[in-house]
Amino acid sequence: MNSAAPESTTAVERQQMLVDIACVGFGPAMGGFLTTLSRNSLHPDGSPRFESPASPGAPLQVICYERADGLGFGVSGAVTRARAIRASFPDLDPAQIPMATKVKKEELVYLLDPIGASRRSLALRTADKFIRTFRKLLPFRDHAVKLPYIPGFLAKHDGLVMSLGQFNQWVGEQLAASGQVQIWPSSPVSAPLIENDAVVGVRLADQGTDLHGSPQDGFMPGMDVHALLTVAGDGPVGAVGRAIDAHFGVPDSSHAREWALGMKMVIELGEDCSLEPGTVIHTFGYPEPEIFGFLYVHPNRLASVGLFIPSWFRSPVRTAYRYLQHLVLHPYFWRHLEGGTLKSWGAKSVQESGRHGEPFLAGNGYARIGEGSGSTNVLAGSGVDEAWSTGVDLGEAVLELLERKRAFTRENLQSAYIRRRRASLFDQESRVAANSRNGFHFGLLPGLFGMALAGYTGGRVAFPSQHRQHAPASLEDVYGVRIPSPELQRMKEDAIARGVPLHDQIMTRCGWPEIPFDGKLLISQQDALLMGGSVQAQPGYANHVLFVRPQVCLNCEPQLCVEMCSGQAITRGENGVPNFDREKCIFCGACLWNCLAETGSEPGNVDFRAGSGGLHSALN
Amino acid sequence: MSGVFHIVVCAGTVPDPLQTLEPIESPAGPALKNEMLLPAILDPWAAHALYEAANLAAYHPGSRVWLASLGPKAKLQQVMMTIAQKVSFELLAVDGSASGFADAHSTAEILAAAISALPGLDRSRLLLFGGWESASRGAGVTLQLIGGRLGILDQFQGVDQITTLADGSLEILERIEGGRHQVSICAGPPAVLGWATGNLPEPRNNPQIGMANMRTIMPALQKAKPAPPAQPGLEYRSASPPKQQRHTRIVKDLAAEEVAREIADWIIKS
Repeated sequence: MNSAAPESTTAVERQQMLVDIACVGFGPAMGGFLTTLSRNSLHPDGSPRFESPASPGAPLQVICYERADGLGFGVSGAVTRARAIRASFPDLDPAQIPMATKVKKEELVYLLDPIGASRRSLALRTADKFIRTFRKLLPFRDHAVKLPYIPGFLAKHDGLVMSLGQFNQWVGEQLAASGQVQIWPSSPVSAPLIENDAVVGVRLADQGTDLHGSPQDGFMPGMDVHALLTVAGDGPVGAVGRAIDAHFGVPDSSHAREWALGMKMVIELGEDCSLEPGTVIHTFGYPEPEIFGFLYVHPNRLASVGLFIPSWFRSPVRTAYRYLQHLVLHPYFWRHLEGGTLKSWGAKSVQESGRHGEPFLAGNGYARIGEGSGSTNVLAGSGVDEAWSTGVDLGEAVLELLERKRAFTRENLQSAYIRRRRASLFDQESRVAANSRNGFHFGLLPGLFGMALAGYTGGRVAFPSQHRQHAPASLEDVYGVRIPSPELQRMKEDAIARGVPLHDQIMTRCGWPEIPFDGKLLISQQDALLMGGSVQAQPGYANHVLFVRPQVCLNCEPQLCVEMCSGQAITRGENGVPNFDREKCIFCGACLWNCLAETGSEPGNVDFRAGSGGLHSALN
Repeated sequence: MSGVFHIVVCAGTVPDPLQTLEPIESPAGPALKNEMLLPAILDPWAAHALYEAANLAAYHPGSRVWLASLGPKAKLQQVMMTIAQKVSFELLAVDGSASGFADAHSTAEILAAAISALPGLDRSRLLLFGGWESASRGAGVTLQLIGGRLGILDQFQGVDQITTLADGSLEILERIEGGRHQVSICAGPPAVLGWATGNLPEPRNNPQIGMANMRTIMPALQKAKPAPPAQPGLEYRSASPPKQQRHTRIVKDLAAEEVAREIADWIIKS
């Protein structure tokens, strides 16, 4: 048996435990899986329906390990059509879930640039000029145009506005109360256990180590939890899912190249704010044309405001935080948000390859569910409901196999799980969405055109038909027109000398105004870590971000891992190798897909391992 | 039974200290804004008591440890997910309100009654543990009041260490001024011990302990009886969180001496 765990090189005696089903990562997909499983694990008289194959005489032993310190500390999308969720909870009353409400009003808004600092193509500048000239004839206000119509494939009219953290917490409470499954937060899983081409369980992360993983006082080697079925739902940057991909490979057609960093704030709106709960505003066009934004209004004067920085945004100046502040300050948003107070903040990587990023969904002893299994619908911009659906599919499949006393082999999971998944409505929609975003590699307008084409033709026509991947451009390519080369060079040298990211000085030089900090809503990124994210790192765990080949970092410029780090946990280090401070890491995983080494022939230079800690806010 | 302890650890749940707490006036009296949304933890002082209880029980085979808690069932369940992997215990849960603005006498009455009714509890071997202080909004007297209601006369506060002596008596170190301890010898249980921080580190998560604990914890939660409504007549005049002084100013190129002087001035003014 071997483990992909970094600790495996150290010969230590590990405790062993045997369960029937070991699950990794508690998000919407795992919620769907465990809800389906637990509801059907008892006979009507309350006796167990299934005897544990692992522990004969006992009921089914199902255990789920979540890395974060609480089930409600996840960050993700907050508006969903909730079709699969409602299928699981037909009588769902949103009022049962804190911060949830029905979508009552939805807008799609094009934001113009009120400052004149964003990078807009000639076509877009022309369109902006046209809009401003004829603004009296258009639904124009506050440097924005509300589109008269939201395409059906994008609309969330019948959906829910939610806090995913609160939703996860609510689902977790139902599950724990059922007594059929055990869910353990604050339990990072370092790797799958692999034996004879089968996954046979998971290894928990070592505890009681120094930052380099060396045993210290109170060392407790991570336990080996053997299981008949391992369910990997640890998301797109999860250690278990990636280790399974590394060991078993991925289908030839699979490529998880498209990513985005989603960052959001939860804001308590001012007393005089007139936004109604259930209001949903989607935006595009600002702060940069490639950046999509949103504002969702929850009950009790709370609102989520955020944006997505996609991997096709070629600028190496990829700071989500400062861009988010400029979005908040856009007049169309600011009229609602002025006087608000930041209550929570967070960020996560979104795997935006959708169907193209689908790995092998099942193998001997394991199954993949959720975002890491390529479930996100990139046309609808929807992932929560789709992830939930994959969990339900697997739950039903596992029940079928248990009922028929079949083993969790590749063939059996193929026929029970993958067959269900392929037959689902969500899978059909993901086919439609598969190539819908190809156009964004050529700009905003080709991207929007491509989405419309895919959406209105049911995915039969895509523009362009083939996906083309562009690497992030160099600073000179993007900013050479605005900033003379010698000055750009001086800025780079200055950033290196001061050990800070480049983005602030470049944005300021390009005309982005300084953020007028008010100590309530507009605060520094470090203050956001404390006031919004309440970020914490448990002692006794090793660093979870490592730079594998330091020599690769020496020649890397700009260092996107530094530029895009959501918590400023990665900073420029002496001699060019970045430093990592785990006490600021929020586990967004942006360093993983922003490593420039990944775009070359070599694999990425960032090893993103299982770790403990992160956000301590349940409002996200 | 000599040498065996029946330890009941009284522990409340409190909001995760990393959260921002805002007292508000609710129809039912003072409360915290959005309290049910806030993640909860076991009161840190009581958590130390729990670790000490488990440690003591481990050295005295046959001993039992109960964790007695009054709080909303959903919050107790959430807290169990984090605490139950640490040490072995049985749960005694009472489903009550969240706010923490509870009358210590009412809480003590409810918990004392629940402890008295514990099946298998030998009150002659009872050690009642809890936190010396509390991170909740309680008055910090609940433990003493429970002890009083259970008729336990030997009470110790600010405990950092307990040692069982050869004759079965207990040597107890209570924290006093100047970083020193008062050493007391207690003949044995029953006794009340309000723990300071103790000497034990937080135990690592142990999945096997978690699995074993959950077999009894979930049924206990399901059977948790609702606490009777609060006694009328209790009135809070006001409630406010500890004041956090915060003042952010962005400056560039300021000499270190000037920064230090400014901070010192600010501290003096605050």
